[in-house]
Amino acid sequence: MATQDASLVASPARRAVRRVRQLEDERKLAFLLLAPTGILLGLFIAYPFVTGIWLALTDTRVGVPGDFVGLKNFVKIWNDSIFRIAVWNTVWYTFVTTVFKLALGLWLAVLLNRHFRGKAFVRAFVLLPFIIPTVLSTFAWKWMFDPTFSVLNWLLWKLGIIDARINWLGDPDLALWSVMVVNIWRGVPFYAITLLAGLQTISPELHEAAAIDGARPWQRFWYVTWPLLLPVTMVVTLFSVIQTFADFQLVYVLTGGGPANATQLFATYAYQLGIGTGLLSEGAAISLAMFPILFLVVILQLLYIRRVETR
Amino acid sequence: MPKINRRNMLKLTGGAAVAAKTAGLAGILATGQSPVIAQTTTVHWLKWNDFVPAGDEILRKQMLAEGEKALGIKLNLETIGLNDLQARATAAIQAKSGADIIMAFNNNAQLYAESCADVSDLCEDVAKQQGGYYDLAKAQANDGKRWIAVPYCIIGAMIAYRKSWFDEAGIGKFPETWEQYREAGKKLKAKGHPVGQSLGHTVGDAPAFCYPLLWSFGGREVEADGKTVKLNSKETVEAVKFMTAFWKEGHDEGGVAWDDSNNNRAFLSGTISATLNGASIYIESLRKPDSYKTEAGKQMKDDILHAPLPKGPAGQFGVHPFQCHMVMGYSKNQKAAKEFLSWFHSPAVYDKWFKVQKGFATGPTTSWEKSTLWDEDPVMAPYRVAGRLGRVYGYAGPAGQKAAEVLSKYIIVDMFAKAVQGMAAEEAVKWAEGEVKKAYGT
Repeated sequence: MATQDASLVASPARRAVRRVRQLEDERKLAFLLLAPTGILLGLFIAYPFVTGIWLALTDTRVGVPGDFVGLKNFVKIWNDSIFRIAVWNTVWYTFVTTVFKLALGLWLAVLLNRHFRGKAFVRAFVLLPFIIPTVLSTFAWKWMFDPTFSVLNWLLWKLGIIDARINWLGDPDLALWSVMVVNIWRGVPFYAITLLAGLQTISPELHEAAAIDGARPWQRFWYVTWPLLLPVTMVVTLFSVIQTFADFQLVYVLTGGGPANATQLFATYAYQLGIGTGLLSEGAAISLAMFPILFLVVILQLLYIRRVETR
Repeated sequence: MPKINRRNMLKLTGGAAVAAKTAGLAGILATGQSPVIAQTTTVHWLKWNDFVPAGDEILRKQMLAEGEKALGIKLNLETIGLNDLQARATAAIQAKSGADIIMAFNNNAQLYAESCADVSDLCEDVAKQQGGYYDLAKAQANDGKRWIAVPYCIIGAMIAYRKSWFDEAGIGKFPETWEQYREAGKKLKAKGHPVGQSLGHTVGDAPAFCYPLLWSFGGREVEADGKTVKLNSKETVEAVKFMTAFWKEGHDEGGVAWDDSNNNRAFLSGTISATLNGASIYIESLRKPDSYKTEAGKQMKDDILHAPLPKGPAGQFGVHPFQCHMVMGYSKNQKAAKEFLSWFHSPAVYDKWFKVQKGFATGPTTSWEKSTLWDEDPVMAPYRVAGRLGRVYGYAGPAGQKAAEVLSKYIIVDMFAKAVQGMAAEEAVKWAEGEVKKAYGT
């Protein structure tokens, strides 16, 4: 009896020890540690993604489970002139804003990397556009672009630069550029702060050595800073391209995709069809049409990053 | 003394309730049922933030409490922006969970017909008692077989205009035809007071202007069969050409990017002389009479009049935004929700809400034309018969899903917008017909 009791008491402890020993197996431990991430990714990334693919292949409407229709939705959007406008707008929007965000962000990062009084304050201040909730700051921009009350027009008129109002969001050519300006304004701090972090990892000795060898500032930047900053730059650009390509809030608040679809992007058009018209399947097909383009961009950039890192 | 642990604590705290014939928290948990006191049905009602704030105020401060008392239920009112209603409705329907009653705008209930509870009994009762629903209400809240939503109200869309500026330009009476309106616009713009109109991607004013303009020239997106798309016609091209000229000659050209609030601001700030609108401009000027003044320093409210959109060669039309309430098919409180809507639409109750609207929202049934409200303020009088003049989006076809697709893609609005931005009228109409055909699958 006593022996039995002892074995009963000892067995949980023994089991615990066995469990701990199992964790010494690196493969099992790795699996255990990765499990929470796996579950989260599965629930919030993989499941919606697979559901999106399924939706795009059916004729589902809001509240009406659809039947499998193959690639019919993709054929329909391919022949849809608004979709084509949205594709072109998205590509152009992403390209232009990325170029400007990178150039201005890098410029700002190099400036902020210098020593000057109030450096910490300025660095915090630069982040403001990125910190303010997008919808809030976009509403402020909407007021600044307001065709009747635009403060920008008022300023330009007072300075004698214009004598008629500029229709920032109403002019079909100007509307997309106006939206781009807001995106650039919001995105530059992200580039600046991340690139600044990258700049700070570059040893000042390299610059000193280059300076002693007679390199001018521009040469020091081009031959020392830029190559060392390239991997960080590629990662930042990668993130930014993905975010910009799928941008929704800015356009939704500023123009709703108008006027006459001049600012329609993938995400706003998908929303318009999926939510506005209740055609969930077509909305999903439009969202999914982003995937191959983004996938290609991501693959190219990741390959480039690997090449740079293994150089 | 017995050891007090969590379980004992639960039992002990239940001691007092034993007297009230319950077994404490432990007992409640064991039965798996809420105590009687918590079993009151709660009806969750989701609607827009009323453009007339007094409308929501009277609900929150007075009417909901009265309803709770009369019906023995709890009412939870949630209000959100108009543009967010569809996103919330879609999410709720797909998740089969959410508000019990959701407000729908224009023909949106048709998009969700399969997810709406049948409210035919309720609607037929209201119609019988209150002189029958207007055609536009029936076309949008009935799917041909049953009532899918309970008509809530019609927001009359009329042109609000500045009387003194029209007088100053020598236009004594508001123009009756589109050509006269164009002439008036020319004179007004020359004096620095253009007409203002949204042609942007916005749910209210832009389509409510463009569709009636198209119809009054004889254009239409589809025939009555709901299949034959015939937008590309001589009549449509004429309507587009007319608007292009009218835009340059008489309009504030910033309107291409306006949303539903821009014209209100422009009018109240004295930038434009006329605009198609619900009565919200006038009501705002009444609410803050000293904030909005004319350049002569007088209160603007005394300088505002209303008129319907003018006549064209094919007649005079309007679109008057319509609102209805869907009792959701997934709701477990359908009975209570219907009881509440039935109570709300009883004449004595609805009248309280109707009166604070001051004419911004008109009743969905004809009996509200007889309300004494219309005698109080002659400026609001044109809104009295708004429900009779209205057609529904998709005319001459049904207000179903195809019409909703054309509307939500802003195809008709963009047809006009493209033309005023420089595209040839014929090209803009051709483009629009192509898009409408895709929506109708022809």
